[in-house]
Amino acid sequence: MSLLAIEGLTLTTGGRELVSNLSLSIAPGARLGLIGESGSGKSLTALAAIGLLPPDIHAEGSVLLDGRQVIGARENDLIPIRGAAAATVFQEPLTALDPLMKIGRQVAEPLIRRYRREGRDIDRRGIAREVRDLLERVSLPDIERIVNAYPYEISGGQRQRVAIAMALACRPKLLIADEPTTALDVTTQAEILELLSKLVDENGMALLFISHDLPVVARVAEEVAVLRQGELVEQGPVKSVFRAPAHDYTRMLVAAAAAFDRALEPAQ
Amino acid sequence: MTVFTEPQVDPARRTRRSLTLGIGLLLVGLHLAVALLTLIWTPYDPAGMAGGRLEAPSWTHWAGTDRLGRDLFTQIMIGSRIALIVGAGAVAIAAAIGVTLGVLAAFATRYLDDALTATFDILIAFPTLLLAMLVVAATGNASLLSAILALGIAISAIVARLARILAKRVLAMDYITAARTAGSSWPSIVFRHLLPNIWPTLSVNFALQFGLAVIAEASLSYLGLGAPPPNASWGRLLQEAQGTVYTAPFGAVAPGIALVSLVIGMNLLADGLRDVGDPTRRRTR
Amino acid sequence: MASIILFVLLRLLPGDPANALVSVGADPEQIAAARRQVGSDLPLAQQFLQFLSSLARFDLGTSFVSRTPVLEEILARLAVTVPLTLLSFALAVLIAVPLGILAAVKAERWYGATISVVSQLGIAIPVFWVGILLVTLFAVNLRLFPSGGFPPQGWSAPFEALRALILPVVTIAIVMSASLLRYVRSATQDVLGSDYLRTARALGSGFSEALVRHGIRNGAVPVVSIIGIELATTLLGAVVVERVFTLPGLGSMLLLAIEQRDYPNIQGVLFISTLLVLLIGFFADLAQRWIDPRLRERAGSVQQ
Repeated sequence: MSLLAIEGLTLTTGGRELVSNLSLSIAPGARLGLIGESGSGKSLTALAAIGLLPPDIHAEGSVLLDGRQVIGARENDLIPIRGAAAATVFQEPLTALDPLMKIGRQVAEPLIRRYRREGRDIDRRGIAREVRDLLERVSLPDIERIVNAYPYEISGGQRQRVAIAMALACRPKLLIADEPTTALDVTTQAEILELLSKLVDENGMALLFISHDLPVVARVAEEVAVLRQGELVEQGPVKSVFRAPAHDYTRMLVAAAAAFDRALEPAQ
Repeated sequence: MTVFTEPQVDPARRTRRSLTLGIGLLLVGLHLAVALLTLIWTPYDPAGMAGGRLEAPSWTHWAGTDRLGRDLFTQIMIGSRIALIVGAGAVAIAAAIGVTLGVLAAFATRYLDDALTATFDILIAFPTLLLAMLVVAATGNASLLSAILALGIAISAIVARLARILAKRVLAMDYITAARTAGSSWPSIVFRHLLPNIWPTLSVNFALQFGLAVIAEASLSYLGLGAPPPNASWGRLLQEAQGTVYTAPFGAVAPGIALVSLVIGMNLLADGLRDVGDPTRRRTR
Repeated sequence: MASIILFVLLRLLPGDPANALVSVGADPEQIAAARRQVGSDLPLAQQFLQFLSSLARFDLGTSFVSRTPVLEEILARLAVTVPLTLLSFALAVLIAVPLGILAAVKAERWYGATISVVSQLGIAIPVFWVGILLVTLFAVNLRLFPSGGFPPQGWSAPFEALRALILPVVTIAIVMSASLLRYVRSATQDVLGSDYLRTARALGSGFSEALVRHGIRNGAVPVVSIIGIELATTLLGAVVVERVFTLPGLGSMLLLAIEQRDYPNIQGVLFISTLLVLLIGFFADLAQRWIDPRLRERAGSVQQ
């Protein structure tokens, strides 16, 4: 049974359609890349998957997260599956973290929630240990300092690692990453991508990776879905879609990315 | 969350916006009309006895009469005129002084700028009313002019600080640099680029300060530091009304309503102008 | 800096201050003596130095009119004005914070929108009018509270004192809460649209839980930054309201002093009130730094 099964999702606001009749699914352990330019509706799709759409957007269709219907569900029903079924990492690490709370506490928050969910005792020292453990797993250096630091005191790449640690703390079945590297510099990008890839493998999670950047998606995803102005134009395994795009739009995207690469190659 | 790059075109928001502007214009326009009317005609002679003392509102005296028998409605109408003069005058003075100083500060060298900013901040820390009271006391006698002057000076600090911030922001923009490299002189830059760009935000602020000035003047009059009749403002009417509140409570209601309606009108106007002037402004959720 | 402005402003007041001391028709000798007493025969710079030194010693001089030490009078009046200000402010906060949050969270519902509209109204209403209306309603018609005045024994008659303060406190609180409410609402709106709230909810936190754990602290930052100004404004509101309810506070002292050209009193009151305003600002600044660690790093002022 798929972890995330979206069928006929249509998002509208004020008379405009932002996403039209979108259908896709993610099986356990699968890695799907959602590609599209800005305004294509890809981030909204991610928010729709966990029921956190802004209040002025109206959703129709079916979104089954871990078998539970998200569209039209009550908040109280959605709370238990957010985090446990799917955890999300967002684009802007600086604003995604509470600026006035120490890192350690922020990572502990979803952790404590999971403990409660699993019915475990909340033992402060155990929590502290696991927080440090999580920060280590996302390859953060200088853990003692970071645990007591505020978000503005660490770098962008480090913040994003913290966000990933927080997502991991939930032990989700599906990890949703919404443009996680777009706000980072290229070197850090590569590191974070590797980290994500590794963690997804290690923990047997499924991955929904959203981005506008083709090469980035190619690195992490097995299957891709291409979104254009809210419509799904193409879907398939990464290699075949990129090597032999069926739709014009995909072709255009691939060509543009290739041209960029060529321009960067040293002259032969 | 930056999914939307276009301004909200939600129809409900748009009607709310124009409603705000509309009501604001209506209220202010009403007062303006009344004020202009008083220049040529009033229901009764403002200074003369028109009826019995402290009569309750009736068909002949819409707001009743005061303790000397003068028609209150006439006085309230004149109050509109006074309030508009005070508001406009104070804002004009504040604008003249404030914008000049603020723009100067934006251009000034570090030390002068710091000194000016410090002065602004201190003056702003002084509550407007207190400053106005001081200036009125300094000029000796209480009159309309002294009130306008006092309020104008008091408000100018706020305007100056805002003007300075806005001017600094504009001066840092590329089109100013472009104008410079094209050879424009500083004065022409100020008038052609700087002022037009800071004007919209400033004028919204002016509208708000107008309301504050009217309330402040009313407070001054109420405390006895404002203009005496026949230039009596609503504050003065309220002060007199308080003396007779046991026997004639109604006298306190009408002037207050007039005041509140003008200030609300101005505030709504300011809000409406703010949205009209800057279509890219993110509407609150 | 403030003292310079104070000094300048006061010296601007027309008329030699010495004139106020002596009655009309005094001979030159008496005038000279008065001037010596006031110090206006000294060059201006020296006068200023004298001014500063007496300020430093908290010697605020003696009233021209009543011949009592200014400081003594001020302290007595503060016993009315300070409780008035603090109680009003506390009440205003108690009203504004929950309503402001409600107005933001339930902006789509009718009661949320109503609160916003009402607060818009609130800032357009002059505080003394509210006072007059309340007096009319409660004191005159319902005869529940006194229409003015403060018990001569002061706080040694606590019930009477409180009873005299209730209407004034409510008056100021109504107007102040309207103003505060706007800030609370705006801060709450920022929190509601924030990314960290979204992250918390995305990772399984309930809405109100996330709001409390993350929203309160973050929302408090912009509010605390204006609390200093609002408290100072409350102090000022108290001045006007004291006239409405004939309370023997700092405000009425100032008004009286202005009418009577009682310079030492004027100076004294302004000095103390400026001091209070500065103190409030100082503590507000401290509070801000305590809540928001990002502000602690900045040594100088924030670049505006």
